[in-house]
Amino acid sequence: MLYREAGQFKSTYAEDQQIFPIRQDRVAVFLLLAVAFLVVPYVANQYWLSAILIPFLIFSLAALGLNILTGYAGQLSLGTAAFMAVGGFMTYNFVLRMAWLGIIPSFILAGICAAAVGIVFGLPSLRIKGFYLAVATLACQFFVLWAIQRIGWFMNYSPSGVITAQTIEILGYAFDTPAKKYLLTLAIVALLALLAKNLMRSETGRAFMAVRDMDVAASVIGIPMMKTKLLAFAISSFYCGIAGALYVFCYLGTVEPEAFTLDLSFRILFMIIIGGVGSILGSFLGAAFIILLPILLSVLTGAFTQATGIEPSHAVLSNLEVIIFGGLIIFFLIVEPHGLARLWQIAKEKLRLWPFPH
Amino acid sequence: MYSLVALGFVLIYKASGVFNFAQGAMVFFAALTFVSLVERGVNFWLALVITVAVMVVLGISIEKVVLRPLVNQPPITLFMATIGLTFVLEGLSQLIWGSQPHLLELGIQDVPMEWLAQSTGMVISQTDVFAAGIAGILVAALALFFQYTRIGRALRAVADDHQAALAVGIPLKHIWAIVWAVAGIVALVAGLMWGARNGVQYALTFIALKALPVLILGGFESIPGAIVGGLIIGASEKLAEVYIGPMVGGGIESWFAYVIALLFLLVRPQGLFGEKIIDRV
Repeated sequence: MLYREAGQFKSTYAEDQQIFPIRQDRVAVFLLLAVAFLVVPYVANQYWLSAILIPFLIFSLAALGLNILTGYAGQLSLGTAAFMAVGGFMTYNFVLRMAWLGIIPSFILAGICAAAVGIVFGLPSLRIKGFYLAVATLACQFFVLWAIQRIGWFMNYSPSGVITAQTIEILGYAFDTPAKKYLLTLAIVALLALLAKNLMRSETGRAFMAVRDMDVAASVIGIPMMKTKLLAFAISSFYCGIAGALYVFCYLGTVEPEAFTLDLSFRILFMIIIGGVGSILGSFLGAAFIILLPILLSVLTGAFTQATGIEPSHAVLSNLEVIIFGGLIIFFLIVEPHGLARLWQIAKEKLRLWPFPH
Repeated sequence: MYSLVALGFVLIYKASGVFNFAQGAMVFFAALTFVSLVERGVNFWLALVITVAVMVVLGISIEKVVLRPLVNQPPITLFMATIGLTFVLEGLSQLIWGSQPHLLELGIQDVPMEWLAQSTGMVISQTDVFAAGIAGILVAALALFFQYTRIGRALRAVADDHQAALAVGIPLKHIWAIVWAVAGIVALVAGLMWGARNGVQYALTFIALKALPVLILGGFESIPGAIVGGLIIGASEKLAEVYIGPMVGGGIESWFAYVIALLFLLVRPQGLFGEKIIDRV
């Protein structure tokens, strides 16, 4: 009933090509954004902002970046965390050494650095695919972390091997509370998500998908393989770089290179699997799922402890969490290979008819 | 030593086209099970038999529960499923046996062999020789198994062409179960060797990652490739650490293998012994 598009006619091309062609979707998205921007910062407490919402937004952005590469262009990558590390540490250096730049240009420059690294490690993708490419990106993961750890310049010769992010300041206005950091992150993520959505609907995005679906056919119809693949690597790494910068500046604050291990890459890969490969919405759903799962588990075990009086040890809990995590991945792959985004689509189809079955 | 792990990968890839990322976790699981049994006072050989049984059951159940429903999915999906499997196995093994590192005593001392050191000046540890011997025996056994037994021939047929194999009446499901069981046993052997060397601990799972460049170097489908690749990677990694390492600050062992593999890919994408890939793009 509520979700029915009958009576909405399109009379111009612009209307036909809107991002959200159905009015209910538009209203919902605007409402969501309005709530996120205007209500949440005042309502949510410190814990919600800095432990759930900010990481959720940042991981969504990283998942979005990986989704562009893996989901749309079909190039499997295990080096996401490395690109994030490049973004984070380069922002630190830009702010440290070229303070006159300001924070936003530093973010962008760091993203460009990450994109450059992405292009270099994307070069093998011209000759190899699939698992071989995954191994090539693994090389990137290990090499970048090693370089950041060993070359003192990246961390400003910090003796403890840890860097502390500077405060974020834009035009003299300091973003120092969780609420302000949340707003900044939200603004950047919303902007980049919009960009990504439009990019994927444009010629570039279609070229990515053509390469993903069948590279031989794509090159026959005149899509330049090299340009398309490297562009996918560059854009994806740019997104991951920005996500890494936000990760350091808005979430962690104090960070060591070990924060960007292979585990992080896998987590982001899981986000796009669970959320939906090749879907912008899926990146957000997957990130939300992965962030909320450990919290849900701890709530459940809390209830379990209260109910039975048995307190499981910390080691048992963390192992259980890992098992459930891996089990869910397999479960999702078997039951719904297209992820949460697909479930949402099915729900929409159902809602169009509800409550009348015909 | 890397070869042993790589062998497990090759076996499964050959027979079912699945790139089993969980092989490292299986190695860890096998070694941990064995060590814990021995520490609880189980006789060495009995523990070995039990662990083999556990690994066979584990391999078959993985095939049944995880991979059977995913038949005909694109390889990337299968690969991701095995990543999920890795997490399950790592969590499971530590949940059951605890996460503290264990020492594994196989009765061979990790000391240089004196007569060799005296006569030729080479310092080679007994464990290493033993591991090399075991690897050799394992490979020979596998080669014989593949070459001369009925099941081995069926395995090769399945590897060549699933549908043709089905058409001539080879039970595909049984074959896959067997392959996973064999991979489980190979994982056990690899786990024991590595465990004797470095102790049984969580870091064991990372050697699986090291097996990837070995595979690339040797080719995904080739058993001799796994052996030769393992030797090349193992040797060059250590040599680079010793000779190039000091120049750039050390610690390059962690990524050097990948860079070799990467450079190698640019020249010969199919690996040393891999099947020729014909690419038109």
